[in-house]
Amino acid sequence: MSEIATITEQGAGIEQSPKVEQVDTQPGLIDWKAIWKPLSLIAGVFLIFFWLPIDNSRVTGAVIESLALAKWYAQEHVLLCLVPAFFIAGAISVFVSQASVIKYLGVGARKILSYSVASISGTILAVCSCTVLPLFAGIWKRGAGLGPAIAFLYSGPAINVLAIVLTARILGPEIGLARAVGAVVFSIVIGLLMHLFFRKEEQSKADAALHLPEPEVERPLWQNVVYFAVMVGILVSATWGEPAEPVGLWHVIYSVKWLLTSFFAIILGVLLVKWFRVKAYKVALAAAVVLALAIIFPHEPLIAFSAGIITMVVLITTTRGETERWFLSTWDFAKQIMPLLFAGVLVAGLLLGRPGSEGLIPSQWVSGLVGGNSLWANLFASVVGAFMYFATLTEVPILQGLLGAGMGKGPALALLLAGPALSLPNMLVIRSVLGTKKTITFVALVVVMATISGLIFGHYF
Amino acid sequence: MNIKVLGPGCPKCHQTEKIVKDAVAKSGIQASVEKVTDIMEIAGYGVFVTPSVVVDDDVKCVGKVPTGDMVKAWIEK
Repeated sequence: MSEIATITEQGAGIEQSPKVEQVDTQPGLIDWKAIWKPLSLIAGVFLIFFWLPIDNSRVTGAVIESLALAKWYAQEHVLLCLVPAFFIAGAISVFVSQASVIKYLGVGARKILSYSVASISGTILAVCSCTVLPLFAGIWKRGAGLGPAIAFLYSGPAINVLAIVLTARILGPEIGLARAVGAVVFSIVIGLLMHLFFRKEEQSKADAALHLPEPEVERPLWQNVVYFAVMVGILVSATWGEPAEPVGLWHVIYSVKWLLTSFFAIILGVLLVKWFRVKAYKVALAAAVVLALAIIFPHEPLIAFSAGIITMVVLITTTRGETERWFLSTWDFAKQIMPLLFAGVLVAGLLLGRPGSEGLIPSQWVSGLVGGNSLWANLFASVVGAFMYFATLTEVPILQGLLGAGMGKGPALALLLAGPALSLPNMLVIRSVLGTKKTITFVALVVVMATISGLIFGHYF
Repeated sequence: MNIKVLGPGCPKCHQTEKIVKDAVAKSGIQASVEKVTDIMEIAGYGVFVTPSVVVDDDVKCVGKVPTGDMVKAWIEK
């Protein structure tokens, strides 16, 4: 009996073993390809916290710095500066006819005109990163040629309204202005040089029809100009900073800045009624609400200002037509940029701290590498800026941290001029369009130009 | 029928692709929807501003997200 039992057992064992092998060769339930990424993320976060140097005063200081910087942005910049700038950028993308600009970049356009339009049209066309590259490729292959295409590619990201406004507001008006002017001037120079270097390769253009966006403009240009001027007026007067000494014209403007802001806001209300078919009684109602809040809380202008923004949103969203599109494109910008900027501020605060204090990176490192205004400091800032990727507008808090940690103003400008126009991923895309040789020439030109402009700027400021 | 959605991969281009696909599915017309992300190919259509929709090599819209009704009108012709 016992023998038979063993035999059956053995038999069963023999029968089972191939089954087990089969099971092992079959695809398992566990798909490591899907698991390893989240698993290593969880493990990584775990390890960071496991060894979190929470007792180290530099780390705790950096975390507090990062939160303090975010708070400072929230209090000082979001309502008064960013939100109005979003509305302006939204208005530009909706109210200005892109076709009217692009036609100056077509095949038949005169050269001088196409260079100048290409170098400044970034304010109007490049407000969204996804429009830059197709436009660049289009201008090169089907339009005015390599020079204007390069001019557009270079200046576009650097002179969009949001970038200039935020740079001037946070890093100071000189750098903001130098950034805008530098970007325009150098885009033309770099475009012309690229055109000269590769003159022989310019092939004759295919004379195919260009497909431009249909003009959707409902009012003449001067009305748009007035309209934008009023909005810029609101932005500038609301963000007018207190001058160091309480004398002179700047101080007079500062002391009446909220009156000025209200004055521009009233004009904006009138324009909304006249040109955008917003009902007059709605505007009057909105104005009454804002005025009441301003009288009730005379020392908290932010309350009335926020109410102004909210009532304006109500006005433009309850009126059919282009004001709705204005709101939608403003919302697109805000949705796209705010999270990036928030993350950028936190990271910049963590690594570099607020001006006058330190984050994780010691200030000596920064001032050692990019302090002063030496050729080396400017070149280093240009090269780093060219290769590093800055998400939209995050270059501003990062530079603010670097300046606070001892970076010179020249290198700061060099980084601003080389930075947003180029990054490693962006170079790869440009290479796929232009080829390796032209891309390397372009990058080298940008780095050299940015270094030179940094040297000049640092010498004077 | 061959429909191409031109765009390098921005949110608006994805939105356009979805609208076009939905409209084709609704209409029941046999049409292939293709996404073109190569910038040189986009430039080859003479399109400067994306997103753009091309129906049978005819550029239908440039620089904006079309509505479902617009797409319906293009494919039902």
